[in-house]
Amino acid sequence: MPAWNEAQASEIIRRHLVREGALLPILHDVQAAFGCVPAQAVPFIADALNLTRAEVHGVVSFYHDFRDKPAGRHVLKLCRAEACQSMNSEALARQVLDRFDLDWGETTPDGRVTVEAIYCLGLCACAPSALLDGEPMARLTPQSIDEIARQVDR
Amino acid sequence: MTTRIFVPRDAAARAVGADKVAAAILDEARRHSLGVEIVRTGSRGLFWLEPMIEVETPGGRIAFGPVTVADVPDLFADGLPPSAGHPLCVGRPEEIPFLKRQTRITFARCGITDPLSLADYRTHGGYRGLERARSLGAAGTLEQVTKSGLRGRGGAGFPTGIKWKTVADTPADRKYIVCNADEGDSGTYADRMILEGDPFLLIEGMTIAGFAVGATKGYVYIRSEYPDAIRTMERALVLAEADGLLGAAAGFDIEVRVGAGAYVCGEETSLLESLEGKRGQVRAKPPLPAHKGLFGRPTVINNLISLATVPAILADGAEHYAALGMGRSRGTMPIQLAGNVRQGGLFEAAFGLTLGEIVEDIGGGTQSGRPVRAVQVGGPLGAYFPRALFDTPFDYEAFAARDGLIGHGGVVVFDDTVDMAHQARFALEFCAIESCGKCTPCRIGAVRGTETMDKIIRGERTAANLALITDLCQTLKFGSLCALGGFTPYPVMSAIKHFPEDFDRPRVAAAAA
Repeated sequence: MPAWNEAQASEIIRRHLVREGALLPILHDVQAAFGCVPAQAVPFIADALNLTRAEVHGVVSFYHDFRDKPAGRHVLKLCRAEACQSMNSEALARQVLDRFDLDWGETTPDGRVTVEAIYCLGLCACAPSALLDGEPMARLTPQSIDEIARQVDR
Repeated sequence: MTTRIFVPRDAAARAVGADKVAAAILDEARRHSLGVEIVRTGSRGLFWLEPMIEVETPGGRIAFGPVTVADVPDLFADGLPPSAGHPLCVGRPEEIPFLKRQTRITFARCGITDPLSLADYRTHGGYRGLERARSLGAAGTLEQVTKSGLRGRGGAGFPTGIKWKTVADTPADRKYIVCNADEGDSGTYADRMILEGDPFLLIEGMTIAGFAVGATKGYVYIRSEYPDAIRTMERALVLAEADGLLGAAAGFDIEVRVGAGAYVCGEETSLLESLEGKRGQVRAKPPLPAHKGLFGRPTVINNLISLATVPAILADGAEHYAALGMGRSRGTMPIQLAGNVRQGGLFEAAFGLTLGEIVEDIGGGTQSGRPVRAVQVGGPLGAYFPRALFDTPFDYEAFAARDGLIGHGGVVVFDDTVDMAHQARFALEFCAIESCGKCTPCRIGAVRGTETMDKIIRGERTAANLALITDLCQTLKFGSLCALGGFTPYPVMSAIKHFPEDFDRPRVAAAAA
């Protein structure tokens, strides 16, 4: 993942400037490029869109998706919503967090994996479910945790 | 000869191994020199059978499921098609009772066609609705939608035709069609299935809406939790544009916008703020979005299922659709069975089935085999129903009369191990996590409610704290700007009312310091 650089950020902004309400698409692409929306990005984007820093900061901090520092090499999002709860997702999540010695939203010290809570992936008929690096997983069992650990170790 | 084998590409099917099964089938076919073409489809919505593969035969398709990679060599050991006597064979999909009992209108094609084949879409009745709309004219189209009795499938149940007519009658230099595909309710996946399984249907529905009200631009706001849906929809838009169905020549254009993990953006005014590039904070109404919506212009903002139902209403006539249903709930609803249920999946049916029929007969009870104790209908803001209310018919008004809502059609089943005080606490905690912060009852009330529920769970002054929660829920219900704060009392109060035994708890001794 490249470090923050203004040339690349300018290119992202230029791509979206023609769109109405371009801020969210810009933030998504900035995060995709740099792994997060770094602090330097806020005044830079504000300037380009003729917004105040406060407005851009307000948007970045409102949405759960945007990070201020990059996540681990792998990102595991475990569903904590009701349909998964009914299939004991909370007990399973506890095992996952214990396995990596993490709390929600944290990254392992070696930067291997970040575990986050997510509220519904729409896989509710195959609960409990998760997203590992954007790929859906469902009908999770304690054995699935081993599989997740294997993928994360790769 | 090449045999076509249909394997879903739906995210839920992929989550349980559909990609690996498709690859294994190709490997196996190569090994035995069998001519096989894999067609990736949407899902039929019979999720307990996923991955469910369908093999084309002269007598129609035969389905097998749930298929694992390990099953594939055995399935094709005797060539093609696999034997109907195989233990995984579930026969002709149309004859599976779960599917046979449905009235599929919105989901007529889902699971059957290749979602990214316009030829498939047209062969299976696609674009008949738009043709009919054009022949009827804008006013005639509005009349059809109104006469069909279609109401907002996001949960509010507002008549779609009236909303459209308001936008059509409001003069402006620009108007917008916004599809709300921010399907955040736990237990729902109907929007996701259409986005992944029949995206041209949504394109057709939005194009009809644009034609009827005089809008030239459409947005599909999809939640970021649906990466597969975003990909498929974006590809479908490119294909439709290449075919001249969208773009300058067509006079209507559609763009996908991706949410950023805020549940409240499913609320329509918050979604519009988000589309404008702002914090997803709720707007006070009036003005209605139909008068002043996106960028201050008249805007049709509809749930995905509402828009995706319009093509069938136009193609087959409003009367045909309105003939189904009960009371003021006309047509069909895609009911989504989820959670601890034996046969989880999408069941599109006319309004009027009882909750008991849905959970017991169609869903087959719990997956754990334990008794059903509670069913949450309508997402995280929906009420928990006990078995005693299983006679409630699936209908907007009937659920409202029992202090519940049908919402977007999600039905989440819990067995007798559920702790309803924890579920009530979760509803308040979820409201606190997702509150947009604009109005005080929701922003502060949800946090205080969670703390108070913690005291009840610890057995501290239970009666007094329950009275406090009841009072707080009144404030939330009548003092919040939108449904997030306004409806959080539904799960909380229904849990307290129907499962009082879970709130009468012994005092937990304070942990030793």
